Amino acid sequence: MSLTTVLSRQNATQDTQSISSSATKALGWAALVGFAILVVLAFAWVPADTRITDQGDVVGQFDAVRLMFVHVPSAILAYTGFGITFLASLGYLRWRTDWWDIMAASAAEIGVIFGVLTLVTGSIWGRPTWQTWWEWGDVRLVTTLVMVLVFIGYLAVRRIPANAAVKARRSVVIALVGAANIVIVNRSVDWWENRTLHQQSTLLARKIRDETLFTLTFAFVVGATLFGWLLLHRFRVGYLERQITEQEVQKAIAERQAESAAHDTGSLTQASNPTGQIQPQSKTSP
Amino acid sequence: MLREMRLVALKDLRIETRVRVGITQILPFALAVLVLFAFALDTDQQALRTYAPGLFWVTVLLAALLAIGRSFAVDLADGITDRLLLSGIEPQAAFFGKAAAIAIQLVVLEVLLGFGVVLLFDVTVYRYGLLVSAGLVAALGLAAAGTLYGALVAGLGVRESLLPLLVLPVTAPVLIGATRAFQDAFGVAGAQGWAWLGLLVGFAAIYGVFGALSYGILLEEA
Repeated sequence: MSLTTVLSRQNATQDTQSISSSATKALGWAALVGFAILVVLAFAWVPADTRITDQGDVVGQFDAVRLMFVHVPSAILAYTGFGITFLASLGYLRWRTDWWDIMAASAAEIGVIFGVLTLVTGSIWGRPTWQTWWEWGDVRLVTTLVMVLVFIGYLAVRRIPANAAVKARRSVVIALVGAANIVIVNRSVDWWENRTLHQQSTLLARKIRDETLFTLTFAFVVGATLFGWLLLHRFRVGYLERQITEQEVQKAIAERQAESAAHDTGSLTQASNPTGQIQPQSKTSP
Repeated sequence: MLREMRLVALKDLRIETRVRVGITQILPFALAVLVLFAFALDTDQQALRTYAPGLFWVTVLLAALLAIGRSFAVDLADGITDRLLLSGIEPQAAFFGKAAAIAIQLVVLEVLLGFGVVLLFDVTVYRYGLLVSAGLVAALGLAAAGTLYGALVAGLGVRESLLPLLVLPVTAPVLIGATRAFQDAFGVAGAQGWAWLGLLVGFAAIYGVFGALSYGILLEEA
């Protein structure tokens, strides 16, 4: 079902204020149910992360490992959001249509939400694991923060009361520069390996328990579903905002034209009555 | 292109030498910030010596914001941007020219502020090569990013608040890298100064390329 069809149906039923369709409702419910299952899996099924060293010491992330099911998907989805903004910005540069502009803005907002979630959960996870809320020497951590701040600036530009096309073009520049930051974030572990507290990928190295791996994969699916649901809704809100703005502009133009027409009529009346005397109103019989 | 770039840079520097806002306002502002840092960090000379690199670069960054904002305000007020476009100057030349002018102003500011740090915070320089290299490359990176974002917010009516919001986060790598390099140069920490210089070079290159590519779009609508 096309977006136009959805919107026209909503316009037809004035009492319907929802921006959802049956498909997005299903997506939203899937995300909600999936999240409930994820909570059960994360807290009841996955064991705490412990390992016994050769010296007999018990080490590991213990219960803090459960935060990984929110932290890691959030980080990936933040990157995804900023990546979509980058691609949509390129699309806008190529085709210059509202669709690409709204998509870029929507994905950036959701990317910032997941980015903040990444930083918050990472900080909470870091306290018991690294014994610190924040590690300024960790380049990935710092560049992630910078990336989120860059896109907060991007959203600030989006909020400026200016011409939509001007904002769109300037936002494109910020998004493309922001994408360079994503590259730095992704490669920073390799570039500055000896200066990061972040671990290398445990997924690729197969150092992860089966239960943890399954739950993490499930968390990715749930996160992606939530991301898709948010993106669709934010896009529709953005589209409706454009429609309202366009309608208001058209209404204002119509009002000015009506005023101008009334003024012209008044001038003509005055021209037909050069003495300027007020003519008595004629009484009309009912 | 080099000739056009030189013309734009000289235009900006000529304006600056005539009005002298940098010397009479921005430099005193930067010195006042240094003094305030001393007040904030107590009279402990050792603490000031330890944190001098970071304090120096925060001060440079704040002063750079003023210099960038002012440079674009002059252009906008006098319609210089429109005249540059009408004169047929390449956007890339305009970008590099403006960035070069800002970089030169920043280097002058860094030199004068460097004397202030040596005198007020009692630091000793051990690696002059690293100090000069990091200072130059960081100025280039700041100027490139500043020119790009200065053009981006020009004419939007919210330059004063939006420019710092956009520039400060993206220049964080410069602040980190340059501070680490200066820590090494001042001998106050065991940072690998030359490695951090690599970060500064990468930053300047990325913003130089992005700025040159996008400056035309930004100039057209400023």
